[in-house]
Amino acid sequence: MELPTELLTQAHYWMRLTRALDERGAFLHKQSKIIGGYFSQIGHEAISVAAGLALGPDDVAAPMHRDLGAYLVRGLHPRRILAQFLGRATGVSRGRDANLHGMGDLSLGLIGFISHLPASTGVIAGVAHAFKLKGEPRVAMAFFGDGGASQGLAHEALNWASVFQLPMVVICENNQYAYSTPLARQMRIEHIADRAAGYGMPGVIVDGNDFCAVYEAASQAVERARAGGGPTLIECKTMRMRGHAIHDNMAYVPTELLETWARRDPIARIEALLRERGLLDDAGLAALLERIDRELDEAQAHAEASPYPDPSEVTQGVYAQ
Amino acid sequence: MTWDANLHAGVTTLAETGNAPLEAARELTYLEAIREALRYELRRDPAVLLLGEDIGVYGGAFKVTQGLIEEFGEQRVIDTPMTELGMIYAAIGMSFQGFRPVVEMQFADFISTGFDAIVQFAATNHYRWGQPVPITIRAPGAGGLRAGPFHSQSNEAWFVHTPGLKVVAPATPADAWGLLVSAIRDPNPVIYYETKYLYRSLKGPVAGGEAGLTPIGVAALRREGEELSIITYGAMVHEAMAVAADLERAGHGIEVLDLRTLKPLDETAILATARKTGKVLIVHEANRTCGVGGEVAALIAERAFESLDGPITRVAAPDTPVPYSPPLEDAHRPDAAKIRAAAQQLLEY
Ligand SMILES: Cc1ncc(C[n+]2csc(CCOP(=O)(O)OP(=O)(O)O)c2C)c(N)n1
Ligand SMILES: [Mg+2]
Repeated sequence: MELPTELLTQAHYWMRLTRALDERGAFLHKQSKIIGGYFSQIGHEAISVAAGLALGPDDVAAPMHRDLGAYLVRGLHPRRILAQFLGRATGVSRGRDANLHGMGDLSLGLIGFISHLPASTGVIAGVAHAFKLKGEPRVAMAFFGDGGASQGLAHEALNWASVFQLPMVVICENNQYAYSTPLARQMRIEHIADRAAGYGMPGVIVDGNDFCAVYEAASQAVERARAGGGPTLIECKTMRMRGHAIHDNMAYVPTELLETWARRDPIARIEALLRERGLLDDAGLAALLERIDRELDEAQAHAEASPYPDPSEVTQGVYAQ
Repeated sequence: MTWDANLHAGVTTLAETGNAPLEAARELTYLEAIREALRYELRRDPAVLLLGEDIGVYGGAFKVTQGLIEEFGEQRVIDTPMTELGMIYAAIGMSFQGFRPVVEMQFADFISTGFDAIVQFAATNHYRWGQPVPITIRAPGAGGLRAGPFHSQSNEAWFVHTPGLKVVAPATPADAWGLLVSAIRDPNPVIYYETKYLYRSLKGPVAGGEAGLTPIGVAALRREGEELSIITYGAMVHEAMAVAADLERAGHGIEVLDLRTLKPLDETAILATARKTGKVLIVHEANRTCGVGGEVAALIAERAFESLDGPITRVAAPDTPVPYSPPLEDAHRPDAAKIRAAAQQLLEY
């Protein structure tokens, strides 16, 4: 299937924005403006953007720490994201939660995640369950990694989703590592998608660095879920191209593995496709990158000019009134 | 166990604060009061639904939800797979889409399997990104039923220590009803500790209706006295009342404060009774170390020290699992005799 031109150019923008925002954050971290943990997105842009674009405006997603693209696609502004990274009062969690955690805003159909992976998958099952009970044609999407797949909740939530035939799509980002732990220490099977059979749901394997492949699989699963066909598990094969977080030099990853995956870079892939179809040239790319740079300059200026949260508010908001 | 009319005193006062007309009070067991509270809220609010293992056709392990699936259907009384973690996470997700789920733990003991969902997700969410989590988790807890280490736990302190949660523990049918309705309507996650021991052994008047709500965060003075305060909750309220009646015959005025809500504690009521009698005996079925009693004692020591005429004293279970064999469980569980001995000692101090 050939994807429409507009979708591809849009996806290209979001993927480039994701990478640029990620790099901007890393730069701010180097300057000690962002402190604490910082998670790289490099290698995951096709997955998060494609999955995000496969959803409709009324759907709900629970992206995680490698899914910056999904937050952006759903309308979370880089201003609020950078302010969040900088711990400012204008950040998504108003300085309460760290880096990508807790970036929830239900008006954008976004659920903020907690560190405990894959907690959001359980919550998304509940969201999907609510859609089904209300008879609303909406879909809920969860994300988890190869590490998160080893947690009991991954099993409990997938089983739940299947038992109740919920409108749910699960994106498993298999990036070969969970912190320093390689896949082989996580499981004895090659494909996490094989587990779907055990839950009585379809399991799909896609090249996670190919935007078109992820988009097609995700759209089909979303459509199926919306039509009452139940949940799907989509395993996206990819590679985490940086350390687990910015402090980690990932000396444990073989260089050849990184070299192999570097040749499959998702952004290079979509740009090659766009050039092939006559939708992108050097000047077009330069203009796009410049536009993104300006947008991020503006977002960063806004974030840096934003106040820190008022310390006198530290005990406020624990309870809803 | 017999019904003590005094137990109702605090509730009657509370009923006067309601606006709606008082429905005819009914005599219900503690268990029936829970069921009727669920029915009341299921009828009133279409957003309310129940989740749990075996709660539908079977009516629940203790039959608390018996008859509800017949009245409300399987869309609102939902039998789930055996996953406390999945169930509580699902409840959180449902709450994000406007539902107010009430989740039944088959026994409070199994709540540990759902711990992450409660203490990590539900409890922190409003603070982190402002989205309330209006869920209620019913936890049938405590012992005295020869049910052994995994069906007798009083593990409420785990949650009392967690910011973002509310924890309630009714001792009477009226409060079983009134606190459950309040919990379901509360915009925060509430852990509702119901006492299995009282399910069928305790019967009492339940006002029902809007006037029968018990506010969260308000303790009830079950009995007034001048010499000593017993501060307690759950089944131990009844043991304390028996001791108070007994000591009254010996000429001692004993005050009994039923906490009803463990988080947030009713600091005003706790400090008032401590200042009034100057002698405080705290009683709970949960084991001693870092139990709710420790927090109550610290509060009194910090804020009512100058009124004290004796050491703040605790009667609690020892720090062991809850044993099965009757002589062992009896040795483990606080009761009127143990409370009386401690009260006597404190009176003589
Ligand atoms: C329950 C739990 N245990 C430990 C951690 C600490 N931790 C954070 S991320 C991570 C690895 C996650 O790997 P994976 O799920 O594959 O996601 P990835 O970071 O590779 O995208 C670990 C161990 C955690 N977040 N949650
Ligand atoms: Mg991984």
